[in-house]
Amino acid sequence: MTLVGLIVIPFLGGLLCWLAERRGDRLPRWIALGTMALELLLTLGVWLSHDFSLPSPGGEASTWAMEWRVPWIPRFGIEVHLALDGLSLVLIALTGFLGMLAVLCSWREIVRRVGFFHLNLLWILGGVVGVFLAIDLFLFFFFWEMMLVPMYFLIALWGHSGSEGRTRIRAATKFFIYTQASGLLMLVSILGLVFAHHAATGEYSFSYDALRDVTLSEPVAMWLMLGFFIAFAVKLPVVPLHGWLPDAHAQAPTAGSVDLAGILLKTAAYGMLRFALPFFPEASQAFAPVAMALGVVGIFYGAVLACGQNDIKRLVAYTSISHMGFVLIGIYAGTSLALQGVVMLMVAHAFSAAGLFILSGQLYERLHTRDMREMGGLWGRAGGLSGFTLCFVAASLGLPGTANFLGEFMVLFGSFSVAPWTVVIASGGLVLAAVYSLLLMQRVHFGPPKDSAPLADLDGREYGMLLGLLALVLLFGLYPQPLLDTTGAAMSEVQRLFGNTELLDATLTWEAS
Amino acid sequence: MNGVPLDHALVLASILFTLGLAGLMIRRNMVFVLMSLEIMLNAAGLAFIAGGTAWGQPEGQAMFLLVITLAAAEASVGLALLIQLNQRFKTLDTDAVSRMRG
Amino acid sequence: MSFLLPLTFLLPLAGTLLLSLSRGRLGERASAAIGTASVGLSALATAALIAGYLEAPERQVVTLWTWVSVGDFQPTLGLALDGLSLTLLGVITGVGLLIHLFAAWYMRGESGITRFYAYMNLFVFSMVLLVLGDNLLLLFLGWEGVGLCSYLLIGYYYRTAANGWAAFKAFIVTRVGDVFLAIGLFLLFRELGTLNIAQLLERAPQLWAEGAPTVELAALLLLGGALGKSAQLPLHTWLADAMAGPTPVSALIHAATMVTAGVYLIARMHELFLLAPDVLLLTGVIGALTLLAAGFAALAQTDIKRVLAYSTMSQIGYMFLALGAGAFDAAIFHLMTHAFFKALLFLSAGAVIVSCHHEQDMRRLGGLWRKLPLAYAGFVVGGAALAALPLVTAGFYSKDEILWQALAAGHGGLLVAGLVGAFLTSIYTLRLIIKTFHGEAKSDNARHAEAGQGLAHGVPLIVLMVLSTFLGAWLTPPLAGVLPDPHEGSAGWHTALEIVASLVALGGLALAAWLFLRRRKWLAEQTSQGWGARLWRWWHHAWGFDTAYDRGLVRPYWRTVHALRSDRVDGLFGLVAIMVRMTHLGLSWTQTGKLRFYGLSMVGGATLVILVLALVR
Repeated sequence: MTLVGLIVIPFLGGLLCWLAERRGDRLPRWIALGTMALELLLTLGVWLSHDFSLPSPGGEASTWAMEWRVPWIPRFGIEVHLALDGLSLVLIALTGFLGMLAVLCSWREIVRRVGFFHLNLLWILGGVVGVFLAIDLFLFFFFWEMMLVPMYFLIALWGHSGSEGRTRIRAATKFFIYTQASGLLMLVSILGLVFAHHAATGEYSFSYDALRDVTLSEPVAMWLMLGFFIAFAVKLPVVPLHGWLPDAHAQAPTAGSVDLAGILLKTAAYGMLRFALPFFPEASQAFAPVAMALGVVGIFYGAVLACGQNDIKRLVAYTSISHMGFVLIGIYAGTSLALQGVVMLMVAHAFSAAGLFILSGQLYERLHTRDMREMGGLWGRAGGLSGFTLCFVAASLGLPGTANFLGEFMVLFGSFSVAPWTVVIASGGLVLAAVYSLLLMQRVHFGPPKDSAPLADLDGREYGMLLGLLALVLLFGLYPQPLLDTTGAAMSEVQRLFGNTELLDATLTWEAS
Repeated sequence: MNGVPLDHALVLASILFTLGLAGLMIRRNMVFVLMSLEIMLNAAGLAFIAGGTAWGQPEGQAMFLLVITLAAAEASVGLALLIQLNQRFKTLDTDAVSRMRG
Repeated sequence: MSFLLPLTFLLPLAGTLLLSLSRGRLGERASAAIGTASVGLSALATAALIAGYLEAPERQVVTLWTWVSVGDFQPTLGLALDGLSLTLLGVITGVGLLIHLFAAWYMRGESGITRFYAYMNLFVFSMVLLVLGDNLLLLFLGWEGVGLCSYLLIGYYYRTAANGWAAFKAFIVTRVGDVFLAIGLFLLFRELGTLNIAQLLERAPQLWAEGAPTVELAALLLLGGALGKSAQLPLHTWLADAMAGPTPVSALIHAATMVTAGVYLIARMHELFLLAPDVLLLTGVIGALTLLAAGFAALAQTDIKRVLAYSTMSQIGYMFLALGAGAFDAAIFHLMTHAFFKALLFLSAGAVIVSCHHEQDMRRLGGLWRKLPLAYAGFVVGGAALAALPLVTAGFYSKDEILWQALAAGHGGLLVAGLVGAFLTSIYTLRLIIKTFHGEAKSDNARHAEAGQGLAHGVPLIVLMVLSTFLGAWLTPPLAGVLPDPHEGSAGWHTALEIVASLVALGGLALAAWLFLRRRKWLAEQTSQGWGARLWRWWHHAWGFDTAYDRGLVRPYWRTVHALRSDRVDGLFGLVAIMVRMTHLGLSWTQTGKLRFYGLSMVGGATLVILVLALVR
């Protein structure tokens, strides 16, 4: 029941916010904050009360720490089937935490239709939690599509109009079309899998375990895998399917950007780890070089474009593309070190990108512009804001001691044994990461001040948010083991399912030599 | 049952239908458009009756009843539109209301 | 005793946290006091460690916790103390303390002292971690940490955009080296399955024969990292620009400690480098080239600090030369004495700069020796050590050791380069002193110089002066057992070399004195026209590396950025939208809004369908 609670809480909280709107603006904010705090506490409670560290020895037994299933549409074998393991737990905790931050950072920013705003915000989060918990593919698809709608409204109704004629409606529509179209591809793949399963067993089933064991002919597996891959690649995003991201980020309100970068992008990586790799191990193996090459392209393309932006939020958006390139490489490298690195990097990127977006939002509240050409020399004027920017920029360029460093380096260390040249080229991205990160610093905070009047210093809420994020970045950068232990079993399961063939080859060649 | 041959009835129905269609496409006055529609519906009805009689099946007449009710409903909606058209645009010309385009 | 080891870096870290979380509530004095005290305590802890080590020279290992544990990948936050780390630790905290103290005088009245000391403490923290880390990942943490602090401190005067760009350049260029280092780590981990330095060095000889391609590659990658950090060719371009930072920063980071991290890395991994003789030789050659190139560049600078910067590069070139000759202990010894006399020179330069109202162009200084006796004394003592004046200076003993080891190892070429470098060093050192302190004052700033006062100004200079003389050379780093023993050779040759080296240094001084005191006009004429001017310009711009990089790398990169700025790939998807719009335009003419037209099209459509059905059948 806890699992149902995890999903239902944000939805109910959202409705409450909407109803509370007529009682003033403060009440919905507090309700939303409380809801997400409850979500986080519940997740932490689950974390404390279950043991995630040990992988099941046989490998055949159920690997879920918690499970809940009831039939939904029995005729087609569709169930409401929720399950939780270390990976989903970590990502749900992340959702809860970033949800709280999203509520907090829109405290001043959002003044119109506050209740409805929080309804949308919480429903996004509810949808995301659903995605992380659902292992019935129909239900997964349901949540996958469901989280798009409130996000669309968030961007379209509360967004900012961007520079150079980019409107928020356009950004929202672009976001919706990209993700919707890719979702349809995934639906086709899911149905393909289900029909293949039907052909083999004569039963309809959307269940994870049943579909995982379907044997497919090679070309069919490749096509279905591509359907999944493209759906997730749009969301991750992988160059060249990234077009929606900069627009959506730049035009979304701060809370929307935080959610997008922090959580929504992670659903794609989660999808790859949970579905694309275990369902189609051989096809994924065959596809891995292409995927890694795309990852490398993404790293460089994102970094180069980040250098060319004038809008600070677009810059951060492109850095996300660059970072997700590392995630893609790690996922398709498939060694347990690389996969653990992927988890680490996802969490770390959620924190650092959220931090940078929150900082951009705060700058916008003070300067009413996101154009970096109009900034410069803010160091003496903006008080603590500049210091925090420095810290998050350092995290973003992967400075050791931050969680981002560990994530990137674990991915690179883990992938080096599989694809040394990919890693060598990808490492070049570290230089570009430094270029775009410091460029942000240089253009916003260094240089001659445009105006000498000091800006409002950070208040307690802002200071607390940023300090909390920073503390977590450093904590996971220096003592990540609790996190890694939690996801260890889940990742070794992925590695077992995905890496079987490759390991077999490796041992064979080793024995032959 | 040596009444009118089926072919004759069908030819009559076709002629009526074509007349109605022609009226629909040629006339701009909405009253005539509605009248043409009625003629087309009744042409179809005639074809049903003739067919039903020829094969001795009751469905032909049942369908005609359906067509009558349909025509009645259609006429009431059409006349309502007609009144609205007259009130808002002071005309019965259907081409005057061509503002809704793709 | 084991608690002392973490204290050496936890104290500066505490200082950083205290300063950065104060949110600007601390005053100038309080900030300086906290910043200096934290390093002072750290230096005390180091002193205790040194005392303990001298009593019982054993390798100490303290593991704080396991950083990450995934499969084989188990780097720890583990500290290891041996003679080599201890030497570096002493230099960092000792010289660091003096420089922090001096900075209290230097930075008086500047805004953002709290920020300054927070960065400085963070630097000490990172640098200590760098030398204490018992595995390469932790070393890398310190390695990048000092890079960040260097970036922040170079850009300390953030209001001038050029300073920010200098800092930017410093970080990016060293980052290029860091990437090589990182790839080296990946390779070492894949091959040896560990990152622990002791285990690496133990496993490497078992796995690889001398000169095996993999080990050469690994050593080459590590060397790449060292070149970036230590400003050696071809990754040296950042150091001269790094002088944009406050002078104590240049003294601490860009002379005494951080830039020598590359030397430390190679000395630390010397067993690996010994397995890769080609790379080791390359190290020496690069060192020799750098020391010559930087020596010539130093001849043609007009900014005091830039002369010192090129001289630093050149001296680190000596250390690399020593490493290349397999004389690791000589390199570390020179690292230590260099830290003393170069810190002294930089601090003296700082004293001059502040006294002359932030004038640091030698063409606008002069005639200061009476007004600023202490700074002058500092320059003379430090300069003598830099030029390796025989017998009385610390620099003589360490440089002599390097040259001797190069000879004993049979590297004639390196020896010659070292001697030529020594000659150049004497010339530019004396030029620096003469131009700054002698002759007439050439600007109002120099005419109205005010000598520094107070303990914070005097004590660091005097202590470093003492350390730069032969007294400093008595401090022998306890390197026995950590680094391979020096080469043996005949004592006769050694004495001969000492005499030659002394003559070279003295000859350089004499030539400089003759040129810059007697033939000043002739020199000015020669350098202002024709080939002389071209050569001067070439050296002034340090052989044009900056221009080459700018044309070859930086500008193409920005051109790419501008070409891609508007996200061309996304534009490709715009084509889909355009296609949809075209189709829309093509079809929307059918939406006339005329009822009769719709009726007609329906009839047409129905007829078409019927016809098709009829025909197909």
